[in-house]
Amino acid sequence: MSEIENKTEHGSMDGATAGTAGDPKNDTGLGLGVIFFIVAFLICFLSGWLLFPKLLYSKHEQPFNFDHVLHVEETGDCESCHYLREDGTFSGIPKTESCLDCHTDEPMGDTKDEAIFAGDYVAKEQEVPWYVYARQPDCVFFSHAAHINAAGMDCKSCHGPIDETRTSRPYEENKLTGYSRDIWGKNIWGIKKNSWDRMKMNDCAVCHEKETGHKGYCFQCHK
Amino acid sequence: MKVDRRSFLGLGIGAVAGIAISPVGAKLTDDFSIWTQNWPWTPVPPDGEVSYDRTVCHLCPGACGISVRKIDGRPVKIEGLDPYPVNNGGVCLHGIAGLQYLYDPSRVKSPMKKVNNRFVPISWDEALTMVADRLGELRNDQKPDTLACITGSDQGSVPGLFKHFMAAFGSPNYLTMPDLESWLVRTAKTLHGDAYTLGFDIDHSDFILSFGAGLIDGWGSPVACIQTMGNRRQRQATLVQIEPRLSNTAASANQWIPINPGTEADLAMGMCAVLLKENLFDPVFAQGFKGGFMRFTAMVQKEYPLDKVAGVTGISAADIQKTAVAFAKAKMPVALPGKGRGEGAQNLKEFAAVHTLNCLSGNVNKQGGTFVKPLPKYLNFPDPVQDAVALKGAAAAPLAGSVQELVTRIDKSGESPVKALLVYNANPCFALNDPSRIRAAFEKIPFKVCVTSFMDETAMVSDVILPVSTFLERMEDVPSKAGLAATVVGLSKPMIKPVFNTRSPGDVVIGMARALGGDMAKNFAWDSYDACLEQVTARIWGPLVRKGHVVLSENLPAGSVETDFEFLAQNPETVKPAGDLEFTLIPIDYFRVPPTVPAPSPFAIKTVSDRILKGTDMFVEINPQSAKNLKDGGFATLTTPAGSVPVRVHFNDGIMPGVIGMVKGLGHTLDNKYVSGKGVNINALISPKIEPDSGMDAAFGIKAGISKA
Repeated sequence: MSEIENKTEHGSMDGATAGTAGDPKNDTGLGLGVIFFIVAFLICFLSGWLLFPKLLYSKHEQPFNFDHVLHVEETGDCESCHYLREDGTFSGIPKTESCLDCHTDEPMGDTKDEAIFAGDYVAKEQEVPWYVYARQPDCVFFSHAAHINAAGMDCKSCHGPIDETRTSRPYEENKLTGYSRDIWGKNIWGIKKNSWDRMKMNDCAVCHEKETGHKGYCFQCHK
Repeated sequence: MKVDRRSFLGLGIGAVAGIAISPVGAKLTDDFSIWTQNWPWTPVPPDGEVSYDRTVCHLCPGACGISVRKIDGRPVKIEGLDPYPVNNGGVCLHGIAGLQYLYDPSRVKSPMKKVNNRFVPISWDEALTMVADRLGELRNDQKPDTLACITGSDQGSVPGLFKHFMAAFGSPNYLTMPDLESWLVRTAKTLHGDAYTLGFDIDHSDFILSFGAGLIDGWGSPVACIQTMGNRRQRQATLVQIEPRLSNTAASANQWIPINPGTEADLAMGMCAVLLKENLFDPVFAQGFKGGFMRFTAMVQKEYPLDKVAGVTGISAADIQKTAVAFAKAKMPVALPGKGRGEGAQNLKEFAAVHTLNCLSGNVNKQGGTFVKPLPKYLNFPDPVQDAVALKGAAAAPLAGSVQELVTRIDKSGESPVKALLVYNANPCFALNDPSRIRAAFEKIPFKVCVTSFMDETAMVSDVILPVSTFLERMEDVPSKAGLAATVVGLSKPMIKPVFNTRSPGDVVIGMARALGGDMAKNFAWDSYDACLEQVTARIWGPLVRKGHVVLSENLPAGSVETDFEFLAQNPETVKPAGDLEFTLIPIDYFRVPPTVPAPSPFAIKTVSDRILKGTDMFVEINPQSAKNLKDGGFATLTTPAGSVPVRVHFNDGIMPGVIGMVKGLGHTLDNKYVSGKGVNINALISPKIEPDSGMDAAFGIKAGISKA
């Protein structure tokens, strides 16, 4: 009898043995399967939560630390440095030139950061290459004037209580997209607790729908 | 323990499940989609501080106000300036593409001299010294009048400096390229005397009789005209367009009257005859008719009877009668001369005859009519101090009245009567009829200096090139020209530091004079062109700087104007297309292709329809009725007495049978791969024909034959 025939003869029996899940003799395969499942699940799940964000974002320190609290105390408000121009455009990050109203190439205090600013930027007439946490893609047009002046919004609504920060946190850059982590949000799921936690298109749309009853048209922002 | 298939299955499913309910999937899907939008070949301009600055466009005679958007001081966008009295926020495709000229591949990046037929970069000092040495020789030889100068226009302070230079040097041979404004000045001079020009209040007119003026095809100040045409229907103003081809302007008109090419002057004379015969002219205005009015009346009645004019023009006698009467009876009629853009080869008889219609209607210096206004006089150059050499040279008779006439003079002489030539902002070796003849004549001139921003066809035949900054890099006064009712002087300001080693053209003239030394330097004692501009515009400098523009002659020109009919009363000859071939080839002024300086931008070339230019193939328009064995889109050979070129055929029912239309301004050979080698330069197919009375080239078209290739 050939092996094939042999198998055929006893086939039903062997097959039944192999195929019965509840067979007490051969449960190691299933048990291991479950263990492997659980282990792989946990590893991947936890990696997705914990390791993935670390791999996805690279961290960059700002050129030097900037103390917003100190500057707000000195100047009084956000608009002293981040102001709207007469034509409605937003000045954004101040140029070194505008810092010269107060600063000189001699450090004002004795902090390391002030020394860097005075020595590397003011003295050399260079702009500080700040990383901008809120930088939107180039295709996005955003009018600060429309939101601050017309809608009377507070800076905090989008930017959070940045005036209360004493240190500049590291800028986290998405290695795939090149955008700031602040756009997607700190939370890797993108879950937000505060209005300033995310700056994605949908966040604009949600707010617009709430405030104006309409999400807005594509060309209002994409131009 | 046995690790079997099931374990692997568990591992795999576990991993997939783990990943699936972790944030990885959702986040990566989002990031990947953004990643694809940021592939590295997507151009992303550097970010920076946004600002806006205002200036004036010099790309054409339009003189529109523009707003330049800048990022960190670098211009990135040009928009129309609102409010601005010329263009009210509008801007054309050449204006918005103005930035391309800054970085144009054909820009001359530093002074150049020709050595063994190749250009070699040199320093400014060397270039100016070289020019001064060669020009100085002419003065030493007591022959300053052998220097000639050609500029693109004679208005504004920079042409003013060139004129001042020529006067101080001692040469009467200062010539300008024929543009619409120069034709209008010539017309005004013929009919009303020196120091006048014509403006047209098309904005308020209720009946516009256009003799081929391409009101939305680039005539006059293009953006202003297009805006005026845009609100014409609301104003219920009638536009009657007379031209052989259904241009965009004709297509938007109330009535298009096709006319045999080149017979516009005869039609206008015929219409004058109708008005005079039917006593439909303004008797009050006619009191100012001098010099041969009676003879003119008798002449047109005799020489331009309706039947004869109908035969010549191809328009029915009834249509001529009806149109002339409608024009005369309109409340605020205006008749516009200047076919297409009104530049280049036109003829004085036509301009004068069309303007005579305006004079007969009496709607002169009235709202909605024609303004006979004094030439803008806002510049006050000091009188040139001429030494003995200069006095003698300046008193010599000018060699010619036009560039074509000058070329003919050089052509006919064994040795060129012109020993040195200055060319500024003009490209005669491309823009005038029969450019190869002009090149050959220029080759005979021993020393040519080209003051230009681009290595164009004329720069290529010169000996020294002095590169000038583009309009975005320099300060200059920009007077509006060509047909507008008001004259607006704008001040263009540098929007960016010169990108290359270039200077403002005013500084180039001052530099040349200084290098010449002696009395020449004394005549140009300004520290810089900017200082000169401030001095010569003193009267309006303050408001010019403050507001960016000044409106001169805002109100209707005051006082009565006399009209001299002497020129027309002699019934000057109508210039007919040369040759005896079957068709008449006419140039089409197409807004997207500027026919003069500068050449079209790469952006403008991209917008040209592929029924005009496909790849490098040039199309000509022909009516299918007269196409015989030609095929639409097929290849053909176009022949004129001046030459023969391969073309492709575009059937167009909107062109008169017997007429071939070809777009003007293509076929550049300059060093710019986006613009050169595309199509054919129609000027190469047309031989100039000098109009005896004006001394100008009047060969608008030429007889041509076309056969299947």
